Amino acid sequence: MKPIMKQRVRYYDSVGSRVFDVLNVVVLTALALVTVLPLLYVLAGSFATESEISSRPFFLWPHKFVTDTYHYIFSTDTFVRALLTTVGVTAVGTVIQLLLTLTMAYPLAKRFLPGRALVLNLVIFTLVFSGGMIPTYLVVRDLGLLDSYWALMLPLAINPFYLIVVKSFFQELPEALEEAARIDGCNELNVFLRIVLPLSKPIIATFSLFYAVGIWNDYMSPLLYIDDSKKWTLQMIVRQLTAANADSANVLQQLETVTFPEQGLKFAVVVVATLPILFFYPFLQKHFAKGVLIGSVKE
Amino acid sequence: MATDLVPEVVQPAADSSRPASAPRRRRRTKSLGRDLWRYRWLYLLLLPGLVYFVVFKYLPMYGLTIAFKDYVPFLGYSGSEWVGLKHFQELFTGPDFGRLMFNTLLLAVLTIVFVFPAPIVVALLLNELRINVLKRSVQSLVYIPHFLSWTIVASLTYLLFSVDFGVIANWIHGLVGGQKTDYVAQADWFRPLIVLQLLWKQTGWGTIIYLAALAGVDSQLYEAARVDGAGRWRQFWHITLPAIRPTIVVMAILTSGHLMDSGFEQIWLMTTSLNRDVADVFDTFVYYIGITQGSFSYATAVGLFKGLIGVVLIFGSNFLAKRMGQRGLF
Repeated sequence: MKPIMKQRVRYYDSVGSRVFDVLNVVVLTALALVTVLPLLYVLAGSFATESEISSRPFFLWPHKFVTDTYHYIFSTDTFVRALLTTVGVTAVGTVIQLLLTLTMAYPLAKRFLPGRALVLNLVIFTLVFSGGMIPTYLVVRDLGLLDSYWALMLPLAINPFYLIVVKSFFQELPEALEEAARIDGCNELNVFLRIVLPLSKPIIATFSLFYAVGIWNDYMSPLLYIDDSKKWTLQMIVRQLTAANADSANVLQQLETVTFPEQGLKFAVVVVATLPILFFYPFLQKHFAKGVLIGSVKE
Repeated sequence: MATDLVPEVVQPAADSSRPASAPRRRRRTKSLGRDLWRYRWLYLLLLPGLVYFVVFKYLPMYGLTIAFKDYVPFLGYSGSEWVGLKHFQELFTGPDFGRLMFNTLLLAVLTIVFVFPAPIVVALLLNELRINVLKRSVQSLVYIPHFLSWTIVASLTYLLFSVDFGVIANWIHGLVGGQKTDYVAQADWFRPLIVLQLLWKQTGWGTIIYLAALAGVDSQLYEAARVDGAGRWRQFWHITLPAIRPTIVVMAILTSGHLMDSGFEQIWLMTTSLNRDVADVFDTFVYYIGITQGSFSYATAVGLFKGLIGVVLIFGSNFLAKRMGQRGLF
């Protein structure tokens, strides 16, 4: 090593280190661009004319800004119905999921509760092994839930991972508060409703977002359980129009119309199905790291 | 897959930590009744969730018995004829088994080789990034795809790679020339696109767990190394890398527990009539056989076979994790 290097307090100034820093910035910026550019392109494409989509290579701002596709989307029953269905199922489903997860996690957090270990092991076993697609389908069918919106919510009502995280969170809450309430004559139900739930707002916010995103994005449940195209969710519509194995002719026949922007429509549908997620993303981001890391907290 | 939450260890002996005031068990039935009454509110809260698990998780497990029967909906689970291992024989000797196994395992190998290391590399690069604003912005952006559905990812792939107007397809065509390639439909491009999708969707999100491990490194270690004259590379090699090695091992083990799970939605959405030979994996095969063709028993047998291998892999990897001194799943 040259003597001059030894005198330097900060090793960072070596040439190799600087070159690395520059490259690192370039690589990570490129990574971020690769992540978002497809999304931005689709957004721009949804506002472009048919000819621009097919002729222009890549653009983030359309030459001619048109909103035909969106006019079209919101004027057809198929899309509006799917949008409303998705919003409704997501809202109701998230409430059900939260209710079931919170009520089940609380007793499981009580170490003194007889039978707790058994139930907990039953829950954890489902992470390792499950009946699988067909037996679950048959249960849903036997319950008479095929072609019912309930089939999109009930089979997914509790995510065992989330349940375990919420349970760990409840265990971390100060026992003294609950004890004080009990001494004041609160029964367990009131302790849960008046003491524990108000303290759990952050985790309720986190998991309502996680659950909502899960239902919004769910494609397998409608694929399995919903035949009636009038009950399709947005994800089904998106797939029918733009997936590799798309069956777009079939959907397009159902659309009660003469002419419509066929390519632009595909872009716009993707945007409509994505935007709510992107809208909630800042809130998600605030919470998700917490969710991931709480999971690793040991009992 | 690699970012699943890691549940805590369950202590089967948790029961013994009841408060001292709890009644001693003299006669079991009596104390059971007393416990039920004493903790009635807690059990009441537990009930809906328990019903969920019984109906939607454990009833299907009972339904697995139809893998050993010729299930006829009209006759029901118990009325259908018992056929033993017929469906498993059909699976193992049938023409599809080798192809399904090959496709499933090849996708698993591709995932381990290309998808698994990506978040580690990106996390390490992010960790070296000294411009904090840039670091935070990059993080915010690369996490986004994790929250998009597979339908959206499949659609983006289609919009970017389609023959008619796909931007990337046209761009490659402009560079290479020749005939236009239909990337989305063709069998040759199925696996590269699947890997590309996984990379795009999960790399950013996967960095979180490694970044958390990196954030936990004591900065005094770096200072001490610097005083001893260690350059940046040496600090990386001797401090940073050892710091996340345990996390890498745990994630590798968790991943290997799910080798047979090749995301149903992703594969199903990318399967076309042209690429079915390379696209079919156990998960999607179960759907075709069971739901499309209505052979519930055969499909259940295929699913059960896959599920059992999954159990072996999870317990095996968990055992390995413990042998290597790591905290396992159980």
